[in-house]
Amino acid sequence: MLENAWILPALMVGAFIIILFFGKKLPQGGWWVGQAAVTACLALSTVAGVQWYHRESVDGLREPVRNLVTWFSDGNVKVQLGSHVDGFAVAMLFVVSFISFCVHVFSRDYLRDDIRFVHYFASLGLFTAAMLWMVQSATTLGLLFGWELMGLCSFLLIGHWWEDENNSTAALKAFLTTRTGDIGLLIGIIILFFAAGHSFDIAHTNHLALDGGIKQSLLLVSACCLFAGVVGKSAQFPLHTWLPDAMAGPTPASSLIHAATMVVAGVYLFGRLYGVFFKGFSIAAGGMNLGAWIGSITIVMAALLAFVQTDIKKVLAYSTVSQLGYMVMGLSVGAWAGAIFHLFTHAFFKALLFQGAGSISHSGSHHSFEMDRMGGLRKYMKWTFGTFTVGYFALCGIPPFSGFFSKDEILAHARYNHFGFAFAAGSVGAFLTAAYMTRVMYKVFFGENRLHLAHDDHGHDADTHAVDEHDTHDAHAVYAVVGGNEEHESHDDHSDPHESNWWIIAPLVLLAIPAFMVGIAQWPWGGIPKNAFEHFIANETFEKSIVHNKMLIPFHWSVAVPSVALACAGIAASLAYYLGAKGDLGLVRRYAPARWLHSFLKNKYFLDHLWTGVVVGSIRGPIAKAAYWVNQNVIDGVVNTVGKGAAATGKIVYDVVDQGIIDGLVNGSGSAARDGGGILRILQSGRVQNYAALFLGGVGLIALALALFV
Amino acid sequence: MMLNQFLILSAFLFCCGIYGVLARRNAVLVLMSVELMINSVNMNLIAFSVYQDNVIGHVFSLFAIAVAAAEVGVGLAIVLLIYRNRRSIDISDVAQMKG
Repeated sequence: MLENAWILPALMVGAFIIILFFGKKLPQGGWWVGQAAVTACLALSTVAGVQWYHRESVDGLREPVRNLVTWFSDGNVKVQLGSHVDGFAVAMLFVVSFISFCVHVFSRDYLRDDIRFVHYFASLGLFTAAMLWMVQSATTLGLLFGWELMGLCSFLLIGHWWEDENNSTAALKAFLTTRTGDIGLLIGIIILFFAAGHSFDIAHTNHLALDGGIKQSLLLVSACCLFAGVVGKSAQFPLHTWLPDAMAGPTPASSLIHAATMVVAGVYLFGRLYGVFFKGFSIAAGGMNLGAWIGSITIVMAALLAFVQTDIKKVLAYSTVSQLGYMVMGLSVGAWAGAIFHLFTHAFFKALLFQGAGSISHSGSHHSFEMDRMGGLRKYMKWTFGTFTVGYFALCGIPPFSGFFSKDEILAHARYNHFGFAFAAGSVGAFLTAAYMTRVMYKVFFGENRLHLAHDDHGHDADTHAVDEHDTHDAHAVYAVVGGNEEHESHDDHSDPHESNWWIIAPLVLLAIPAFMVGIAQWPWGGIPKNAFEHFIANETFEKSIVHNKMLIPFHWSVAVPSVALACAGIAASLAYYLGAKGDLGLVRRYAPARWLHSFLKNKYFLDHLWTGVVVGSIRGPIAKAAYWVNQNVIDGVVNTVGKGAAATGKIVYDVVDQGIIDGLVNGSGSAARDGGGILRILQSGRVQNYAALFLGGVGLIALALALFV
Repeated sequence: MMLNQFLILSAFLFCCGIYGVLARRNAVLVLMSVELMINSVNMNLIAFSVYQDNVIGHVFSLFAIAVAAAEVGVGLAIVLLIYRNRRSIDISDVAQMKG
């Protein structure tokens, strides 16, 4: 299986093609084709995991299994594609297959009467194929293919209900924002191609980077460029704004793509090309580097934003951004294995939380994700409550849940590799995470149920399955086939909250198990195999970077105890706040500083205004005309921002730059073209014989040149 | 065999063709001049073919003749249409494509 890992993406591509072209003719929209393929992938990736575990190792390292084919060659440049399967890749294959498996099961009922059921499963299949392809890719070029294909699927799934303009805007925003980062990625890949002696090979590049075969300055530049791709894909500050908007897609898709797998592609790239980043960012030298700064800022910033969201999916989205910040920060402080382990655990518990939210909206709150319409659901939805709680404890990092082990390892590395700011940010993040998740738990599962409060003015005509648009957040209900299945109880908009059926509960339970206990894979004490996950994924890059530079930090009580204490403090603070019956806005109403902070956070630090108002507003028109002027726009935008408010600035920049400079430039180039054309049009006499004369004159000149020079 | 004579003859024919194409105003004559140019090239091909004692040039010139026939068919059709529309085949009058 290790040799032929390409079978996994091939299976999913097969499923994608079958569903896309024949899905409408197949019974049940062909979802079972995708389900069968992804089940096969799960089985095969498990086999691959077992095979890798039993592969013989030399000094604790196993030889990666490589299977390369030459795509084309030109002179001495060979462009290769193929698979490079090592423990890291196998772990990723397993995670992707597992989450995708759960999402397939979950989606069957969740999207049962959706008008684009078939396309949804086709997109899921293509996405899974792309991700399975990307994580085993041996070359940066192959990785880029998978990377972009995932971006496409993300776009398709966010815009699944594109009739609603908000959804299609969100899809575009996600696509274009990640694409912004991808420019850097592409440049980085090209630089590395030349730096590594005309090779796209990742293992070769890492090898050269760590052995000093590539100049430090070159590595720094390429690491920064690649990092732009990481920032875009993994939603790091300041390009994180797309991820919360991406929640417009169906919840299971959010769970798979925007929580567990695609968004960690950036982290995967970071970990995969770790040699380049390690040397480029001089991680061994200690002291804050670009990755550690961005990761740390992201952790705290996103966690703060999670407090003011009223939409449960948005809270989870900001939580994802924050956790991705942990991973990026972890990689940047030398916690290679820790960050990858956090990727691993986070995939399980965040997919669980998202699907829990999906279950709640499906059966508990009439397709709404507003927490104001939930409350008290623990009585109605026991299974969802139980599994959500597991995810909650895992995310908060309470031992023995999985999140504790991974988060703690990152914090230990930050502290003992002397990244003070990163450690502080990570600790604050632990506190904030516990606090905002407690807020979610309280608002969703405790207190009184508020479902019918906003609902009393609603006509009670159950037969028409009417759906009021103003409070239906998830477009799911709006586009569902009206008057469809009688037994599909959730379409009755007036029922009490109730538990979802087993198609939805089963994946929750399936995800809750690893979310609870996968931490033992990185067990830091004796008794059972110690740090098994680390030994499983260890590769040459890890050995040469982290281990060689003695940056591998063992478990420390001095980090674990305070971080757990902080998490508990977060939970306690949040509980005290809510049990004190202050409500969400009590404090905000009473204290002016709290009000300012609230509105500051509510407006997401005004970053969206900055991006959409200033940058996008000014770029939108001229981008088609001249990419060069983007530069001018941004600079002018920043200059103007100093003096004026963000929203007003956007307009001013638009007026000045677009109307003044750009239009002037465009008009200038237009008239220059016209004058040039005036000269050239003399030649266009319309007379055949003039053309023939010019033509023959040209031939004569060529003949003359041949006679003289050859 | 004397290659030179053939080449000189074909060059002479080619120049006649160029003169015809550039200087005549009658469209039919222009077309005929084009034919002259094509045939001078054919003559070159055959001369070299015989000189080097292989058959490729012959085959090639046969193709060229076939293409020239097709080309003149199209050309004459155009001339005919121009004549129908304008009652004249003076090629210097047809300058609608002036930029």
